[in-house]
Amino acid sequence: MSGTLMNGAKIVLECLLREKVDCIFGYPGGVTLPLYDAMYDHSIRHILVRHEQNACFAAEGYARATGKVGVCCATSGPGATNLVTGLVDAMMDSIPVVAITGQVSTKLIGSDAFQEADTFGITRSCTKHNFLVKQLADLPQAIHEAFHIAATGRPGPVLVDIPKDVLQGQAHYQPVSAIHLPGYRVYTEGHAGQIRRAAQMIWDAKKPFVYAGGGILAAEASEELRAFVEAIDAPAVLTLMALGALPGSHPNFISMPGMHGSYAANLAMTECDLLIALGTRFDDRVTGRLSAFAPHAKVIHLDIDPAEISKNRNADLPIVGDAKRVLKKMIQALEETLEMRPKNAPARAAWRAQVAEWKREHPLEPEISADEIKPQHLVSEIDRLSGGEAIVASDVGQHQMWAAQLLRFNQPRLWINSGGLGSMGFGLPAAIGAQMARPDKLVFALVGDGGFQMSIPELATIANQGLPLKIVVMNNGHLGMVRQWQELFYNNRLSQVRLDSFPDVEKLAGAYGFTGRTVERPQELRAALEACVREPGPYLLNVRVSPFENVYPMVPAGAAINEMVLSAPQPVEVG
Amino acid sequence: MLQLISLLMENKPGALMRVTGLLSARGYNIESLTVARTLDPELSRMSIVVDIEPSQRGQLIKQMNKLINVLQASDLTESPAVRRELVLLRVRATMQNRQAILKEAEIFGARAVDSSVEGFALEATGDPEKLDEFIGVMSAYGEIEVTRGGLVAVSLEAKKLKLAPPIQKEEGVLHNG
Repeated sequence: MSGTLMNGAKIVLECLLREKVDCIFGYPGGVTLPLYDAMYDHSIRHILVRHEQNACFAAEGYARATGKVGVCCATSGPGATNLVTGLVDAMMDSIPVVAITGQVSTKLIGSDAFQEADTFGITRSCTKHNFLVKQLADLPQAIHEAFHIAATGRPGPVLVDIPKDVLQGQAHYQPVSAIHLPGYRVYTEGHAGQIRRAAQMIWDAKKPFVYAGGGILAAEASEELRAFVEAIDAPAVLTLMALGALPGSHPNFISMPGMHGSYAANLAMTECDLLIALGTRFDDRVTGRLSAFAPHAKVIHLDIDPAEISKNRNADLPIVGDAKRVLKKMIQALEETLEMRPKNAPARAAWRAQVAEWKREHPLEPEISADEIKPQHLVSEIDRLSGGEAIVASDVGQHQMWAAQLLRFNQPRLWINSGGLGSMGFGLPAAIGAQMARPDKLVFALVGDGGFQMSIPELATIANQGLPLKIVVMNNGHLGMVRQWQELFYNNRLSQVRLDSFPDVEKLAGAYGFTGRTVERPQELRAALEACVREPGPYLLNVRVSPFENVYPMVPAGAAINEMVLSAPQPVEVG
Repeated sequence: MLQLISLLMENKPGALMRVTGLLSARGYNIESLTVARTLDPELSRMSIVVDIEPSQRGQLIKQMNKLINVLQASDLTESPAVRRELVLLRVRATMQNRQAILKEAEIFGARAVDSSVEGFALEATGDPEKLDEFIGVMSAYGEIEVTRGGLVAVSLEAKKLKLAPPIQKEEGVLHNG
């Protein structure tokens, strides 16, 4: 028999090496003992987190910052169930993650053994696919299939559940030469006829509009998107998932659309006559009331997932394919039909002028006060320090929306956030993953005081790994977004949204051996942030901001996106 | 409305769960489901009847086609297909009505597969509506007990099966740093 004799655990690591994995986020336990024993003197780096949920979030942060598959590892039972939120998060945002979980020995499966849970059943709906490997002979195949499925097509999380006896069993390891998934069809090229028709529709349009989403990042198609937008010279929005896919300063870029999108973005979406949707899924936070969304527009919808086409909004021209490949072909098709360009040129110039006018009427601008730190002020100061180059991992809530509105990103994969699932506690562990992936980068974890308190245990991981993360807590003493909705829609009955007893950050960070500081006065903010960034190691900056600030513009639930509330109602003098 | 779906899928543990999970996650009720291996023992053919909003039919087929274990999902609701179901029925018979029961069964093409002093076990196949009638008629003769096999269907249209080819892994260069 050829091949080196080794145990299942060693085989797992060999397969991970072949997949070019350099780092695993995980937490050991009973049934993963063989795996952790194999890691003891292995080249793959293991980052010990303090909770399995954060292992998955960190793996997502790694994947979001690089486009490579993020890997996390947990033991059976509670270890595996703790991964679930992270898996759903990766599923919702189409992030490539491979989770490896230990399982009780095959002969114990189904016996309610210690730390047994039906991981395969529980994670069926939270993953793109999952495996329960009951025989050692199937193990290498399963691992490589997991990586292939996670990284290709519409990316997503894949879980491989491995019983302890499979990890312990000995076999002659031979590298897998091919994998075969006959039912896994990925259509990347796009239909040539549809692409030609798309070019026709684009030149025929008087008010074309580009609506690009996370699929652009997944396909590494930022360059192509930029060339496409410039070729048709149309205004473009990027969804929350796609910020950075066009440089924040690009003249055609408007901002984010949707519930907290800009006035110009939402009006332009409503008024356009051709909506070119690229790698995006018409999420309810973008469309508002679907029946009133882009009512005058024909829709071209490009997506790699056929199930997204016409799921929420009917596509007049569907194209199934990889955004990078199809956009290249679209640009080619546009060049071949350049003679059509002048036809609607005057109408399109007027359209661009109109959108620019909307942008001028209600720009997204930070509010600054001399008395208190406005949350937008904090975001704009981070933006100034970043210059569009830093990685910003955010948590979920008001700070996330202000950041999405006001931060500029010159590159893709700098903005890291939980979009679809909106998982609080995401920001800090995701920043850990991003910093591990990009040690050269300045990484901010911009978190609210709510989400931060969900991930405090990971301060130990940061200290432990010596990660120079800049943790900035936008502290308004509330669950701000829930408070905003209670104020606006529940008669300001603030129920369970005050977050009192926030810890003293100097003591908190000090307890972990790094610097923490609180800043309250707007005059001190800039210097405090600069000191935070100058610090070679981790830094925890707690910024007390005005407690009752709301995120505007806002499209109330159930409204059309052009029915925006632009700012807080001004108090009326009663005479 | 009732949608009839035919699935060709890999005969693997968990494959059925993935299909039914798609349905239960959307709150759709399964009216019937049959599954058995095909000529190729590595594959199964599944026929599902599900109660669904007509507008969601296309989306459901797309979601099923996304499942890694599913090789082909087809909507047979309105396409040419033969639909059949098996019914096994026990009817309590008296000495007086035994002949009548057998005659009636013959009209429905059913046959007796067991006979005892208490009554008969009958087997019938046909389209579901016809079987409803058969069950209705038999219940008039006495106490009955029924097991239905669920709808099975075969499409009368040739559908091209598109499968993904194998993917070669690059030769075993290990990146042990």
